Amino acid sequence: MPIINDTVFFDEKAHGEALEKALTMSPQEVVLEIRESQLRGRGGAGFPTGTKWMLALSANADKKFVVCNADEGEPGTFKDRVLLSEYTKLVMEGIVIAGYAIQAQKGFIYLRGEYAYLLNHLNSYLERMRKENRLGENILGSNFSFDIEIRLGSGAYVCGEETALIESLEGHRGEARNRPPFPVNTGYLGYPTIVNNVETFACAYIVLSKGAQWFAKYGTEKSKGMKLISVSGDCKKPGVYEVPFGIKVKDLLDLVGAEDTKAVQISGASGICIPMSEIERNISFEDIPTGGSVIIFNKDRNMLHILRNFMEFFVEESCGQCTPCRVGNKKLLEGIEMLEKGICSHHYLNELIELGKTMQIASKCGLGQSSPNPFISIVTNFKDEIMSNSIRGGNGK
Amino acid sequence: MESNIKTERVPVSLQPHKVDKMTGDIGGEIEIEINGRSYKVPFGTTILEACKLNNIHIPTLCYHEDLCLAGACRVCVVEVEGMKTLQASCAFPITSKIKILTTSEKVRKARRHILDLLLSEHYGECYSCVRNNNCELQRLAKEYGVDFYRFGHIEKPRFEVDKSSYALVRDMNKCVLCRRCVRTCIDLQEVGVLEATRRGYNTVISTFMDKPLLDVICINCGQCINRCPTGALRAKDPSDDIWKAIDDPKKHVVIQTAPSIRASIGEEFGLPPGHSMTGQLVTALKMMGFDRVFDTNFSADLTIMEEGTELLLRLKKKLVEGDTTVKLPQFTSCSPGWIKYIEHFYPDYLDYLSTCKSPQQMFGAVIKTFYAEEMGIDPANIVTVAVMPCTAKKFECNRPEMNASGFKDIDYGLTTRELAQMMKEAGIFLPELPKSDFDEPFGNASGAGLIFGATGGVMEAALRTVYEIVTGREVPFQNLSITPCRGMDGVRQASIILNDVKEEWKFLEGVELKFMIAHGTANAKKVMEALIRGELDDFHFIEIMGCPGGCIGGGGQPIPTSPEIRRKRAEAIYKEDAELPIRKSHENPHIKYIYEKFLVDGPCGHISHKLLHTHYIKRGKYIV
Amino acid sequence: MVYPDKNVLVNEVNNLVKKYGNGRESLLPILQDVQRKFGFISDFAMQEIAHKLEIHPVEVYGVVTFYSFLSTEPKGKYVIRLCKTISCDLAGKDAIATTLQRELNLKFGETSKDRKFTLEYCHCIGMCDQGQAMLINEEVFTKLTPSKVIEIIDSLK
Repeated sequence: MPIINDTVFFDEKAHGEALEKALTMSPQEVVLEIRESQLRGRGGAGFPTGTKWMLALSANADKKFVVCNADEGEPGTFKDRVLLSEYTKLVMEGIVIAGYAIQAQKGFIYLRGEYAYLLNHLNSYLERMRKENRLGENILGSNFSFDIEIRLGSGAYVCGEETALIESLEGHRGEARNRPPFPVNTGYLGYPTIVNNVETFACAYIVLSKGAQWFAKYGTEKSKGMKLISVSGDCKKPGVYEVPFGIKVKDLLDLVGAEDTKAVQISGASGICIPMSEIERNISFEDIPTGGSVIIFNKDRNMLHILRNFMEFFVEESCGQCTPCRVGNKKLLEGIEMLEKGICSHHYLNELIELGKTMQIASKCGLGQSSPNPFISIVTNFKDEIMSNSIRGGNGK
Repeated sequence: MESNIKTERVPVSLQPHKVDKMTGDIGGEIEIEINGRSYKVPFGTTILEACKLNNIHIPTLCYHEDLCLAGACRVCVVEVEGMKTLQASCAFPITSKIKILTTSEKVRKARRHILDLLLSEHYGECYSCVRNNNCELQRLAKEYGVDFYRFGHIEKPRFEVDKSSYALVRDMNKCVLCRRCVRTCIDLQEVGVLEATRRGYNTVISTFMDKPLLDVICINCGQCINRCPTGALRAKDPSDDIWKAIDDPKKHVVIQTAPSIRASIGEEFGLPPGHSMTGQLVTALKMMGFDRVFDTNFSADLTIMEEGTELLLRLKKKLVEGDTTVKLPQFTSCSPGWIKYIEHFYPDYLDYLSTCKSPQQMFGAVIKTFYAEEMGIDPANIVTVAVMPCTAKKFECNRPEMNASGFKDIDYGLTTRELAQMMKEAGIFLPELPKSDFDEPFGNASGAGLIFGATGGVMEAALRTVYEIVTGREVPFQNLSITPCRGMDGVRQASIILNDVKEEWKFLEGVELKFMIAHGTANAKKVMEALIRGELDDFHFIEIMGCPGGCIGGGGQPIPTSPEIRRKRAEAIYKEDAELPIRKSHENPHIKYIYEKFLVDGPCGHISHKLLHTHYIKRGKYIV
Repeated sequence: MVYPDKNVLVNEVNNLVKKYGNGRESLLPILQDVQRKFGFISDFAMQEIAHKLEIHPVEVYGVVTFYSFLSTEPKGKYVIRLCKTISCDLAGKDAIATTLQRELNLKFGETSKDRKFTLEYCHCIGMCDQGQAMLINEEVFTKLTPSKVIEIIDSLK
């Protein structure tokens, strides 16, 4: 695995003993430490983790839950798989720390069904933690008791959305809920619940063991710390990279050995596609936010084909609940079919872009709000190629 | 309040956001800004409610007053300052001093796009649709000036129309996936026929394993129809057959009108809810060519005689004869939705049901026997039509056991909506007609029969008669209004103590007659669960109506429905009852006459058992 | 695999309800176990589960049809899921898809008559750096080439 300087995740010696440390602090102190680190959610939306935990800690309820979102379904993302399988301790103890911080009794790992092969490893790791009293009753002699249960998904991308995930945990169709109420208030079974990405828990572990200030040294003003990026597509060295926030796309391309690049899809199918003219832009919440997926396309790739792949994905993976997402994605896909046949006028293409903008603001959850991103960015950034597609002979790659 | 029909069955995701009541000097109000003007609204109300309070119109589609929240259609989105995305106003509670824009460019464009998307998938032309001019999608399209299909329009139907049911037709080509039917069926009625299945663009509302409606556990209550914004769900319309019978000179077509019809049919002609149209209705039916127009209130009175007697007989068997096999409390059996519900969900408790047929079926049996004889008409040539607030009646009249006379008791069940449509077809504008009286020999009915139309009415009518039979005195309520029976609470209970009873009812001296009333099958379920737990052992009589509000909220009633509309319809019925000269079933002279002339061995006697009583089927829950 | 006997199913569902509890939140774990054991969730099984959890059969049906890994139709002993998302697509999906269809004599979405194989597409399985990837039941296979696919299929036949 390619590593750059100052790795946090990939150097086990650097991990430290965060759980022991956390248990000597008060829950409030743990939350404040996370807050001071300015850690933001690593799933893509970037909500300040400290704020989320603070809200859950201050919520009044006799039960609270921690949910680790391991439903890593975003096309091109696989960093959580690596964290779960190779850096299990960071994740698991990060969850326990979060449980302590918000004073929860139970944690869930919602593991996507596609990762069922990790189940044995994870369960035996949990068993080991129980034996070592790092999980269960009175953890490490403290008066904090907490356990973790793994729940499997069953092949639904939308369950990565936190409220859909909670619905799924409750035995329902994975359909996003109205918010407010937010899960920190009314989550699993109506109890305060925090849902964080796998990487966020690992980061929380590191913040606790190394201190908020150390963590905040990395990254940019509004995006602190290191970020794991899953790189795939046309490059010599695909894989998971740990980079500081603020890294230029160009530098990342150099790092992974990308050549003859035409376009870079950042943040998976729900992200944006940038042309080479924009590779000076950087990966951060200020510029291009990402949950950690970078897919590289070289000059031989057909952008319309790529776009079709993304839109087919959304048509099938939308939960089908709200109108903009259920029907809107289908209309965008039909637009792509028209483009392939060369019968989509520029006027209609603009109508579809406007539709995409409506979907971004009117859809019920993050899926529908981000699904038009590739459509809008690809047809805007590669308009000449898109509009001449049928003339060139269509559907090739 | 009727808010309690939003049952606790509702999953967390569909519950309105519970906001802790705010205390302090501002008195639970909060100042917000809507479209640049400031308003004070109660803390925790939704944006939609706040706008409604202040006469600011926000279009809605999936939202329905009777139902839990969905937030699915996104038609009601508004802009809230400081938020990147638009918010569904039906689901957004106001807990801070927000600034709202309800008609900004962004909002208008988004709503228009959403409508364009819905229309692109909505197959079917308005002019061939039962909901033409009463369709919420159509109304929205008009409101937003839709004059072309921006994103195209579906050219071929995607689904086969399900016409298997006796009562309902499902045409999913017109479905806009608002899920009101799902929330009605699962959460409001707890029957659980319909649910969203599959995912993404393929999402569709379907039955278990996509089976035809006839093969699943549907109670035909039709509440889904009342709440469907489009024509995706409709009742099975028999009007063509009825016209044919009217036009056939050999046929003697008899129509009976249910108590609740008069209180609601005016709405189909643009009148506000709560206008009773009894006399005009009779005129209209005669103008349409029905040979006889009868009032179901008559057979409601008959039902009271039979059901009240049955109750007294059960009490006697239990208290005097010590018969332990007799089941009490006795449940009413007028509501065919409720009957099918209990047959499916509580098949082991059918013995608790009164064996009385519903008033509709009793009337049919009387018409094809007693009436046919008196008039000298071959019952084979009599066509009985029942105009009912109900879709389940369509199923009920087709039950094979309902043919005691050798003929179908009732040939056609017609809903309020369908009758209004037939009137329009006949060029009749109901509100302008003069009044006329029902035909003899069943012309008069009591107010007791009339109040059958509202939840609690059967109980009230029964008490007026039973109490008087037993004690020889009128029920001790001012103006015969047994107020504990009235109202819209989901489950109500009360009792009357029987004192100074007549000699032949000595065994009832001092007995506290305990009764309970429930409406909507979700509330019926609560009652049944209580019965199973043994909590109702000391109860005697329980009225259950399958539909929220009773018949005035029936699945065949004018669309739309809401707690307010149902309340007004009920008021109209109670008002008319108070004005009637005869208000007790046993005092109806026609009732006395029929027991003298025809049902000569009295209520629950041999003849009535053959004609007016029925048995039930243990249907169970398994779907094959 | 034969169509499961009703008594076997009733027992199995009873055991699963004992194991996971009879709350609605147990629905997915129960369905997943039934799917794993019987290769599908029959209409009888759905009704049995619904009655045990005190929900409506159609709600179970709604859930089963929502999740791609649950099915109401019998699946093969080996369910092969080929990733069709972009990184794998770029890594040569078409060649692998053709090979699979040819070697199994199945089209995508089909199950063999002997109920040994089911061939399906799936979305990203998180092996984008090692495409083309596929899942066979719960096992993952990466960096597929036509000859590697043939080898894998032969070992299962």
